[in-house]
Amino acid sequence: MPPKSKYNTTQLKKLPKTPTGVKGLDEITRGGLPKGRPTLVCGAAGCGKTLMATEFIVRGALEFGEPGVFMTFEEQAEELEMNVASLGINLPKLQKEGLVKIDHVHIDKSEIEETGEYDLDGLFIRLGYAIDSIGAKRVVLDTLENLFAGLNNQAILRTELRRLFSWLKEKGVTSLITGEKGEGTLTRQGLEEYVSDCVILLEHRVVNQISTRLMRIVKYRGSIHGTNEYPFLIDEDGISVLPITSLMLNSDVSSQRISSGLPALDKMLGGKGFFRGSSILISGTAGTGKTSLAAYFANETCKRKERCLYFAFEESPQQIIRNMKSIGIDLKAHIDKGLLEMHAARPTLNGLEMHLVSIHKHVKRFKPKTVILDPITNLITVGSVSEVKAMLIRLIDFLQTEQITVLFTALSLNTIVTEQTDEGVSSLVDAWLLVRDIESNGERNRGMYIMKSRGMKHSNQVREFVITDEGLDLVDVYLGTDGVLTGSAREAQQLLEATGQVLRKHALSRKDLEIERKRKVLEAKIASLQEEFESVQDELNKSYVEEELTKEIMAKNRRKMMQSRQTKNTGNGSKK
Amino acid sequence: MQQKEEHLDEKELPQKSTKEYVLRLFITGATPNSVRALTNLKKLCEVYLKGKYSLEIIDVYQQADIAEREQLIALPLLIKKLPLPEKRMIGDLSDTDKVLKGLGLKQ
Repeated sequence: MPPKSKYNTTQLKKLPKTPTGVKGLDEITRGGLPKGRPTLVCGAAGCGKTLMATEFIVRGALEFGEPGVFMTFEEQAEELEMNVASLGINLPKLQKEGLVKIDHVHIDKSEIEETGEYDLDGLFIRLGYAIDSIGAKRVVLDTLENLFAGLNNQAILRTELRRLFSWLKEKGVTSLITGEKGEGTLTRQGLEEYVSDCVILLEHRVVNQISTRLMRIVKYRGSIHGTNEYPFLIDEDGISVLPITSLMLNSDVSSQRISSGLPALDKMLGGKGFFRGSSILISGTAGTGKTSLAAYFANETCKRKERCLYFAFEESPQQIIRNMKSIGIDLKAHIDKGLLEMHAARPTLNGLEMHLVSIHKHVKRFKPKTVILDPITNLITVGSVSEVKAMLIRLIDFLQTEQITVLFTALSLNTIVTEQTDEGVSSLVDAWLLVRDIESNGERNRGMYIMKSRGMKHSNQVREFVITDEGLDLVDVYLGTDGVLTGSAREAQQLLEATGQVLRKHALSRKDLEIERKRKVLEAKIASLQEEFESVQDELNKSYVEEELTKEIMAKNRRKMMQSRQTKNTGNGSKK
Repeated sequence: MQQKEEHLDEKELPQKSTKEYVLRLFITGATPNSVRALTNLKKLCEVYLKGKYSLEIIDVYQQADIAEREQLIALPLLIKKLPLPEKRMIGDLSDTDKVLKGLGLKQ
């Protein structure tokens, strides 16, 4: 069956797409808007439709080399030029270069009398002429509703609009049509959404006096697309959409370890500190030194010549710099070197998603190795617990794929140490340090311990956490009879032990002396005995020698006597 | 063919001395609406404005660039340039009452 196989091959052709150049939008739509087909961007007034349309045209011309026609039914060309000039877009220049053509369609009901059947051929011819004159690949119609406002015959308009959409398809231009949101329908006429191949809904929602801009792809014929509501931000760079949640948990992990800035804390963490790219939570009650720990970590990061981004939701950078100087950390020097950047904003400045978008933007620009959020608890003022959690999940996901270490601080509101933080992020993070008050003997001290630290051996000890002019340190806590001893109780215990030691030392030295004395006595005794022995020996030797001597002398005498007798005899004989 | 004949007319008309009514009709080739508009207008002018008008017929298909200059959207379009105020009428001019009102011939 040849026809069927032919059908199959055409079906296999994938839908070509036209990138919009709007940050993030191309990721949600997996490549951009359907090429050569109409797309509807709808939403209420002031939600960014015209800006998006303008970006589509301008970025198309500048980044993708596709000239575009901007047909505006609302604003004059000059007004439009002025509006986008604030984004640094030079429309007049683009028009001169033949990359963009702006056509302002003016309709005034009071000037027009309808006298019978008509069609919108004028618009078609006009648009066709504009497209052909610059070889446009992109077309924007902003907003078609104005046609309905200017002309009475709805039936004609509806058929003509249908014709317009199919005509645009025939022309092969990728078109973007904006439409005002209607009651219960996406557009006032309830028509454009059906004839468009892709519908993007923009919303501007205000919850708890905090506004958030949201974008959702309502339909996209012939393509998969993200279906969530994605927050977007309009700032001096135009629109940025955040395609936040990466659904896969497959980011690379590093087994490199980085120091926390506190050698004693590193020792608690298996001696090496945190994993690079991990998420760390420091929670604790008010005034337990969470910010100080965060500043230490920032300081350590900068000392390694790595960049650190610090988001403060409670204090201004100046305040943090001043306060940290008191514990011997000079953050200002790092800022001057460009290694540290601090951004302070009240959480209420904008919605959670906006915070996320702005963090995203800062991270993409600054490319830090470490990000600090201090404290995340304050975010709860702009969103519910689950929203904050969702935001933090996205943030952690994003930072983990970028191999950025993130440190959160969180305020526990209860004085009883809750095992869970209020944001419920404790299950998300890789390492969780808890700083808590230990109250005893009429004073308050800080204790710190590691609740968890994934993938490393860590100490299970409660350590006392002291803040001095020289900085932070961890001290071993003393276990006394009444439990854990901290602060002055610990010091008293330490003193007590020192005294004991001195006493013991004293006792020891006395004993040593005794032994020495005994030894000396004994040695003296040994000496006298030795003397005695020598004198006895002498005595004995003396008699022995005497004996020998007498014996010798006696023998001598005898010989002498014998000799003398012999001589007497001979003398006598001769005489005869 | 009809189209061309009309164009001849159009060229003849301005040559005649200054007229009280200056009309311009924008059409799109020989589409049914355009043809109807033309016949209706001719008829009306013959009855109400005989000898007092000049009529210029412009085929927008032939001069696409005119569409932007003249702010054309819906066609056919009849513009009454004179007498002032300028008036724009769209459609095939089958609603005689409205056309006459537009031309200022009827209150």
